[in-house]
Amino acid sequence: MKTLNRSLCYKIFSTAIVVLLALAFAFPLYWIITGSFKTGRAINAAAPQWWPQEWVLDNYRTLFSRQKAPLWELHIPFTNLAVTGPSLPAALRWLTNTVFMAVTSMLLTCVTAAMAGYALAKKRFAGRTLLFSLIVCAMALPKQVILIPLLREMSALNLYNTIWAVILPIVGWPFGVFLIKQFAEGIPGEMMEAARIDGAGEWKTFLSVALPMIKPGIGALAIFTFISSWNDYFMQLIMLTSTGNLTISLGIAKLQSENSTDFGLIMAGASLAAIPIITVFLIFQKYFTKGITMGAVKG
Amino acid sequence: MKSNHPMSRALARRETIAGYAFLLPSLIFFLGFVIYPMALCIVTSFFDSTMKRADIFVGLGNYRELFQDRNFLYALKNTAVIVAVSVPFVCIFSLWVSSVIYNMREPFCSIFRCIFYLPVVTGSVAVTVVWKWMFNNYYGIFNYAGKRLGLLEKNINWLGDERFALGCIILILLTTSVGQPIVLYISALNNVDQSLVEAAEVDGATKFQCFWKIKWSQIMPTTLYILVITTINSFQCFALIQLLTSGGPNHSTDTIMYYIYHNAFKLYRYGYGNAMGVVLAVIIAVLSAVQFKMARSD
Repeated sequence: MKTLNRSLCYKIFSTAIVVLLALAFAFPLYWIITGSFKTGRAINAAAPQWWPQEWVLDNYRTLFSRQKAPLWELHIPFTNLAVTGPSLPAALRWLTNTVFMAVTSMLLTCVTAAMAGYALAKKRFAGRTLLFSLIVCAMALPKQVILIPLLREMSALNLYNTIWAVILPIVGWPFGVFLIKQFAEGIPGEMMEAARIDGAGEWKTFLSVALPMIKPGIGALAIFTFISSWNDYFMQLIMLTSTGNLTISLGIAKLQSENSTDFGLIMAGASLAAIPIITVFLIFQKYFTKGITMGAVKG
Repeated sequence: MKSNHPMSRALARRETIAGYAFLLPSLIFFLGFVIYPMALCIVTSFFDSTMKRADIFVGLGNYRELFQDRNFLYALKNTAVIVAVSVPFVCIFSLWVSSVIYNMREPFCSIFRCIFYLPVVTGSVAVTVVWKWMFNNYYGIFNYAGKRLGLLEKNINWLGDERFALGCIILILLTTSVGQPIVLYISALNNVDQSLVEAAEVDGATKFQCFWKIKWSQIMPTTLYILVITTINSFQCFALIQLLTSGGPNHSTDTIMYYIYHNAFKLYRYGYGNAMGVVLAVIIAVLSAVQFKMARSD
């Protein structure tokens, strides 16, 4: 009886602590969002307003009236050709850049990784083990050490200061191949054999047998790539320089360095960056969690 | 299956061709934008390389300079402090939080898991700027709360003071590092073989014994993975430092990653930066290997 009481006490106590911790973890986001709607006076007041007394849109107005940039400017890789859109606030341009970057990285990663992961799991060919060990080793190394050579490579390819300089290395990062391979290993050999006997070619077998089975893995990879490329900062910082080419992360960093104490404005920028990605995360949370745990199984 | 039958040899060849065909798109990106730059990084580290002129071969010159560069050694020390504090803390903290929430009723478990993951999803820049505000000398809530609670006598310039800056950076890093480990631990704890736990409980084992004797060994692979990724992440902590302190005050928050950035992209010393990158990669590789060894021998 005594031990039961003690374990109950521990349960209540630990739950209370976890609730407090959760509040502390949610607080920065709360502070970003409420801060973006506060008046300048409320932000600079000696005593912080835990809940804004007055909700204003001034910060967003300032954010959108600052610089202008064409809404899009599609550079066709390896050429100097570009297609430009109407001139709108630069912050919106940063958002379009980021969405374009994240979606393109996601699509390219999913297609290439699905094919490669399937081949590594299900095809027997010379060099397979070597290639797989190369992938695992590359994954364990810090991504950032390749940034200096990447910068020079991108300049040589004429891609420096274009969004492609950020996209291509993300697609090259082998985590996706590794993740899909884990899923593809579960494809039963008999099913592939059956498809082959029915006369299906390699491509048909991949599309009709393998793809449906690795779908959850692709879902996980898609959301994972989308979120991590949206939030990546270092590579974007190195590769992108002109105002029109910035991503939203770079845009806020720029705001911050130019107006270091206008916290209302900076929080408006931070909300603009954080809210879309948090929404995406909450919608696809299940896939995302699955992706993280699957990647770790044999890590 | 080692046969000389022409049919099976043709089959094997078909398999090889198909394998590489499926790998090709991915390989182009992987070799072109990961492996090639990695090789280039190692090669360039033996050159004196800047923007203005052709590279000059200097052999081990960059490495020799590196270990006499006091600022680099300082950065190395700060990085070591960050890793030494954050890795054990992240592991223990996330394991404890997971052990409290993993068997909660839904939706509570999911809600908590989401909240602890929020700082990761919010993005490093957005998280950093809000913390900069909270730590601000005049408008920050830390100074306000500290004074209201009677802990502080006057405002502290948290990020501008050598004594506190690194601690603040570590605190922020911790909040953005525990999200993924918690997700992993929750799933690992849910996968623990319940029959073993029940058998032990029947035998009169306490909750604590159950945990150490049974669950701990079963979640060991997860712990190992978390150790490795947290180590790598802590080494790579960059956005925080670049946006909050730029390595200052007085180099007290310089880390290897930031120092690489400073040398390569501010001073344009590519060769020197690459040499640091190689050293960093070697350190991480050695640490990961040690962590694997330790986990195996347990």
